[in-house]
Amino acid sequence: MNAPLPNSSRMRGNGAGNALELRGVGKVFGALAALSDINMTVKPGERRAVLGSNGAGKTTLFNCITGDFYATTGTIRFFGEDISVFPAYERIRRGLRRTYQISLLFTALSVLDNVYLACNGVSRGRFSFRRPRRNDAVMDSAETLVRMVHLDDVRDTLVSDLSYGQQRQLEIAMALSGAPRFILFDEPAAGLSPTERRELVEILTNLPGHVGYIIIEHDMEVALRVAESVTMMHNGRIFKEGKPAEIEDDPEVQALYLGGEGHG
Amino acid sequence: MATIDTHGNGLSSPSWFERIPAYYYFIGIVLISMPVFAGDFVLFQIFGWSFILGVISLSLMFLAGYGGMVSLAQMTIAGLAGYMVAIFGNSAIETISQGWPWYIAISLALLISVLFGTIVGWLAVRTEGIYTIMITLAIASAFFYFTRQNYVIFNGFSGFNGVLPPRLFGIDWRHPIAFYYLTLFWALAAYFTVVYISRAPFGLALQGVRDNARRMAALGYNVTAHRVAAYSFASLLAGIGGILLTWQSAQISPGTAGIGPAIDILVIAVIGGLRHPIGPFIGAFIYVLLKTFATDVLISFGLAGERFQLLIGLGFLVIVFWSPDGILGLWQRFQDSRNRDPLTGRGGREL
Repeated sequence: MNAPLPNSSRMRGNGAGNALELRGVGKVFGALAALSDINMTVKPGERRAVLGSNGAGKTTLFNCITGDFYATTGTIRFFGEDISVFPAYERIRRGLRRTYQISLLFTALSVLDNVYLACNGVSRGRFSFRRPRRNDAVMDSAETLVRMVHLDDVRDTLVSDLSYGQQRQLEIAMALSGAPRFILFDEPAAGLSPTERRELVEILTNLPGHVGYIIIEHDMEVALRVAESVTMMHNGRIFKEGKPAEIEDDPEVQALYLGGEGHG
Repeated sequence: MATIDTHGNGLSSPSWFERIPAYYYFIGIVLISMPVFAGDFVLFQIFGWSFILGVISLSLMFLAGYGGMVSLAQMTIAGLAGYMVAIFGNSAIETISQGWPWYIAISLALLISVLFGTIVGWLAVRTEGIYTIMITLAIASAFFYFTRQNYVIFNGFSGFNGVLPPRLFGIDWRHPIAFYYLTLFWALAAYFTVVYISRAPFGLALQGVRDNARRMAALGYNVTAHRVAAYSFASLLAGIGGILLTWQSAQISPGTAGIGPAIDILVIAVIGGLRHPIGPFIGAFIYVLLKTFATDVLISFGLAGERFQLLIGLGFLVIVFWSPDGILGLWQRFQDSRNRDPLTGRGGREL
């Protein structure tokens, strides 16, 4: 499928076309092809799960989309705009967000400061030499996010003193800063307790309808509850795409998940 | 909102007057009343010099402590500002000095040093760790040799003498008491500005860049721009320190901003501690005391007086070995061990 609008790359991502459109994206580390020929289209507001065994290239795909590193080949369009050569911060300012599989937090800062940093990164005040005042809009939105992920009680605690589950929740709060249009969740449920998992599912399903996301998740139960479509990856390639039910019943997918690593 | 904020985000309820710890008032009163019980030499040579070196070191502390960037060019930037007031303002070298009014000379000096510092930063932020140190050291030595060999602008080896502060409000600002208050004012201004900025969005973001640059980029921050901006701000501090230093000795020459002084600034910052803006001032005070009195102490022990650098070097070694966080780190550990819960071993850390 070609982009329906020939001029869509000129439009500054004003909602034209698809939320995310990957064409022939590949990533090579030395001799290792971590990703090859990824074609993927995600509509605005769509919620998709990416499944696959370790080393399937899921996190690499996220890194290429957010610009943590650049894809070797192919183009990435975000709401119609070609962002392939943009540095990470330009992509984030356009409404893309992500969480990290291994929490990348500022452990020497408090919970609120972490979220405040995230909110400031996508606001115009990021170079401000003035401290936030009472009723500061950015600080208010940070406090709202802290409440939303149930970290209100520990908002002044240093992140290094948080439990693992709390750190994961903080990651999510930071990904929701500003006005996200599309979020990449990298295994947000890994290591969470059953209660925390329920809270996570609740947060994800309660996101505003126009916010789409891709979630990497090993736990099929979580993945299938929060996603309306599934992409299956294997050895750096897309292996299957479809509705959750189709993927679950697919014999090839079952073979892969039941230890049939050899063929695929 | 009825929650009590213990964090200093400006959302808290107690007034600013109550929030200032008691020892701030104590130190403030001691510093302000110092001329009552200290002589001219102590005011001018000990405190004046400590404040000046403290401000220049503070610019390094800001870069290294909050930004994770160790720059050896801070003394060079200070020296450049000193040269610029000599060149644009008044000095005994009338063939070069332009004799422009003090407000133009000082503004130009600060502007040029900030521009220069920004360029240094723009070059240096492309590197990390040891390479940042190398590139800034290269800039510092290039500046030293250039000023020593250039006679048209920098008057070569002898530099400029007779560089005096303006007679503002009819006060001779090089009089020990006036100079003490002048340097105290700028030291306090620099200190509180850095403390304030450390909790403002810019300072928080800088600490974020130090701890995790990749994550900051993924939060929408242009990491390179933030680092360069930190250099610009640090250059302003260094420039102020450099002008005061030039006024104190009434001269500026290549040796003022040579390799030795550049390293001294690093030593001062490390001895004092890079964790908090008060560190550089503690370090500068110790450095000045050693530099001033170590000679006499050494001679009284029957040693050669010029070995005072040995004492500074030994002090530096002791600090680096036993307390990498400087004197501040020693204090912090003492506080930690006192506040720690004897049963759980937890608590006690309060920055």
